[in-house]
Amino acid sequence: MSKAFSSEVGAGSREENASRQKSDYDVAVVGGGLLGSAIAWGLGRLGKKVAVLDEGDITKRASRANFALVWVQSKGLGMPAYTVWTVQASQAWSRLASELKQQTGLDVCLQQNGGFHLTLGDDEFGQRTDLVKRMHNQAGAADYKMEMLSASDVKKSLPLIGPEVSGGSYCPLDGHVNSLRTFRAFHTGFRAFGIDYFPERPVSAISKSGGEFRLTTPKGELRAAKIVLAAGNANQTLAPMVGLFAPMGPTRGQIVVTERTMPFLPHPLTTIRQTDEGTVMIGDSKEDELDDRALKHSISAVMTDRAQRMFPHLSRLNVIRSWAGIRVMPQDGFPIYDQSETHPGAFVACCHSGVTLASNHAFEIARMVAQGALEPELVGAFSASRFGGAGAANDSGY
Amino acid sequence: MFKRSEQDKRPQLQIFVDGVAVAARQGDTVSAALLASGCDARRSTAVSGAPRLPYCMMGVCFDCLVTIDGVGNRQGCLVPVAEGMQIEIQKGKREIGR
Amino acid sequence: MTVAPKREDYDVVVIGAGPAGLAAAATSAEAGLSTLLLDENVGPGGQVFRAIASTPVTDRNQLGADYWVGADLVQSLRASSAEVIHRATVWSLDRNLEIAVSLGGASAFVKAKRVILATGALERPFPIPGWTLPGVMTAGAAQTMLKSSALVPDGRTVIAGQGPLLWLLAAQILRLGGRIDRILDTTERGNYFAALPHAFAFLTSPYFAKGLSMMREVKAKVQVVSGVTELSASGDGQLASVSYVAGGRRETIPADLLLLHQGVVPNVNLAMAAGVEHRWDDLQLCWSPVLDANGNSSVAGIAIAGDGAGIGGANAAVVRGRIAARAAVEALAPAAAAKLPAMATLRSDLAKAERGRVFLDTLFRPAPQFRIPSGDTIVCRCEEVTAKDVLDSVAIGATGPNQLKAYRRTGMGPCQGRLCGLTVTELMAQARGKTPQEIGYYRLRAPVKPITLAELAAVPKSEADVKAVVRG
Repeated sequence: MSKAFSSEVGAGSREENASRQKSDYDVAVVGGGLLGSAIAWGLGRLGKKVAVLDEGDITKRASRANFALVWVQSKGLGMPAYTVWTVQASQAWSRLASELKQQTGLDVCLQQNGGFHLTLGDDEFGQRTDLVKRMHNQAGAADYKMEMLSASDVKKSLPLIGPEVSGGSYCPLDGHVNSLRTFRAFHTGFRAFGIDYFPERPVSAISKSGGEFRLTTPKGELRAAKIVLAAGNANQTLAPMVGLFAPMGPTRGQIVVTERTMPFLPHPLTTIRQTDEGTVMIGDSKEDELDDRALKHSISAVMTDRAQRMFPHLSRLNVIRSWAGIRVMPQDGFPIYDQSETHPGAFVACCHSGVTLASNHAFEIARMVAQGALEPELVGAFSASRFGGAGAANDSGY
Repeated sequence: MFKRSEQDKRPQLQIFVDGVAVAARQGDTVSAALLASGCDARRSTAVSGAPRLPYCMMGVCFDCLVTIDGVGNRQGCLVPVAEGMQIEIQKGKREIGR
Repeated sequence: MTVAPKREDYDVVVIGAGPAGLAAAATSAEAGLSTLLLDENVGPGGQVFRAIASTPVTDRNQLGADYWVGADLVQSLRASSAEVIHRATVWSLDRNLEIAVSLGGASAFVKAKRVILATGALERPFPIPGWTLPGVMTAGAAQTMLKSSALVPDGRTVIAGQGPLLWLLAAQILRLGGRIDRILDTTERGNYFAALPHAFAFLTSPYFAKGLSMMREVKAKVQVVSGVTELSASGDGQLASVSYVAGGRRETIPADLLLLHQGVVPNVNLAMAAGVEHRWDDLQLCWSPVLDANGNSSVAGIAIAGDGAGIGGANAAVVRGRIAARAAVEALAPAAAAKLPAMATLRSDLAKAERGRVFLDTLFRPAPQFRIPSGDTIVCRCEEVTAKDVLDSVAIGATGPNQLKAYRRTGMGPCQGRLCGLTVTELMAQARGKTPQEIGYYRLRAPVKPITLAELAAVPKSEADVKAVVRG
């Protein structure tokens, strides 16, 4: 694979030079969610002429449904490169937040003072302890700083926990952000960078001729020298059009959110976080369902019941809304970043953690796409070649 | 802002608004009793702190939110008053556990 | 305290005890179907017959004969075997006709063979500058207080807007000794011409004579300014004055209370959350469910009656309730339908009740400047989002209300879009040069009214549900 990566560098640059005059855009990004927006914004930041093609108001949008964690702990069990990639993203997030603030005036409220995964009862504590051990035994664990804490130690940071909390894991790198405002900041930033955002243009076909890509949408064809497929689970159908492979295994997740309340939760948890606005988000389920209109209240009940056992004070808050979203999820749970050998200049990017990895997408992936080739030392492990043509599902430890 | 019609013969009862005794009538909703009482019942919003009073009185606008007997963010226009009820005008976001 | 439903399964569950719900529940129960009526309020009546069983306004002339019709409906219901629960907030209805209802802080779950939604209407948003100030309320709010607590305005009071309810309220306030300083009529002058072709039906409808005499009654006592083309409220933390333009002249008058009204629109939240298809109604300027002649919606087993089916007024609501209930009886117990008035009779009753409606809809079609605000005027009261905020979001790519939520949180507060949804749709449609139908509406989901976290946590759960949530 590394051979393919390096041979693309030169080809990519020539391609770009040759097509600049005739193509409408240097790069067309297919997908205007958090992942596509971060890459597009990053490309615009590098002075590229970028178009973003997006769907309309009603579509499966993980960017509107996510839980907004910037999360490190437990990511990458089974793939050390993912741990490294995640840690790097977490460290680059403050730069992303400050650049967005400077450019758009929007504060995305990044908070990275460490996060918890709380356990209820001894069994859960034992399971979590095992997981932390397995993480530590894996390469790259030095960066990780994840540790198990007793209930009394947790209480020092989270004084309102209830008696059923048996402890939890803590990682100082963890944090959260206002993901909707991040989304808005990227889109606001598009204008400053001269990026053209085209909603209501789902891409139905992609071809390459005369050294450029032609993307078919209901509102006409768009031409670009390079393309980045960032269409979430829809990458599975788009990728083969340009010789790429993106096997996806989406799942449904439900989230419940309360009314605004005074700040009470100084750290985010894997399943509970208080937003800067004051609402409390409670997540999240993992279901083999793909209808995001329907909700299972019994699942919300499990989530909220666990939340009130962790923080008994929550029980009196009003639940204002709940929703289901479809996770963007590569089949083995790890990100896919790849470039086409048959269609040079075509890239695919999809991952579950579009919030956590936004900084890497804006800075690293955008840089590599601009250069014309992915760098194997950074993202080689995420090539879809790992699926060997037919992805086998397993769990990423998410 | 509002006054009671003389024909209203419903029994009186007493509620407390931020600790002060206020007369209400049996069958009033909390919001109606507050608006009839003449006390300053303006809450302030959880978003900007802007002052608000009930707008719709039929359970849809949520501008009547009030703390009733220690429970915050209740829709005052849907809850009937009861003798001795403790009402607190809510300022800003609700406190957790209240 | 609130009691729980007696059964887990019913033939028919009716939601809402206004005119349509009262009639539907009584009809269904009279035919022998097990019937449950759930209603959010303390007593029956909905909005139009608010406090019908408890009002302290004892002089029958003051509220008018049309109000007291509600007492007969309540009597029929009480004479029937229908089970009625008040202070019951339905927070979920799904395609399987499973209903979750909040009762005194705990939820009960019932399943129905047929559901008749009679959740009625709410007042159309009236987003003028200053409409969130304390002292600005809907006319319906004042009427609610008048009916249920015999409360009337006594400070400097201005009523602004248009439509039959506005005149009825003004007359009722005056009869009860309340104060009205001025009425600002916002009816567009052009509407009178537009409505003319429909005038014959209206002249021969019962509305005409009643409406005319009520307007005379009010105009004899209150200064009425017609042709108002601009309107705003101002004050520092409290309404202090109302400003308006009529005939090109601006005037500002001091005020303690401003009551706004520009018609009512279907309360769509529960129906939409259940997946019922709605279409934009270009005449009534609102979302209305797609229904067949019996009120059946796009979701099998869910019918909609009353103003939630499209605004038709109280008389039409009663008949629509009977039609929906009769259709349920025909489906579930055909033999029992013989006891009920024939469908043909009901349909002719409905045609009579709906007579004149097009005239009213055309005449009282609210002017664009009162529906589609600009600048710093608040659109979303809960999240305090202005018209300019919405337009800025359209400029960076928001195509519809759901993408707008991501940018600005509109509709994400406790009212769940009830007070901003129509404004957002129309504002975005105008900004994008699209129709409201193309723009669409918020995607709504349960809980359609807030419930406590503890209440949601108490919903029965299975081992599989736990597995879907708990993972290392």
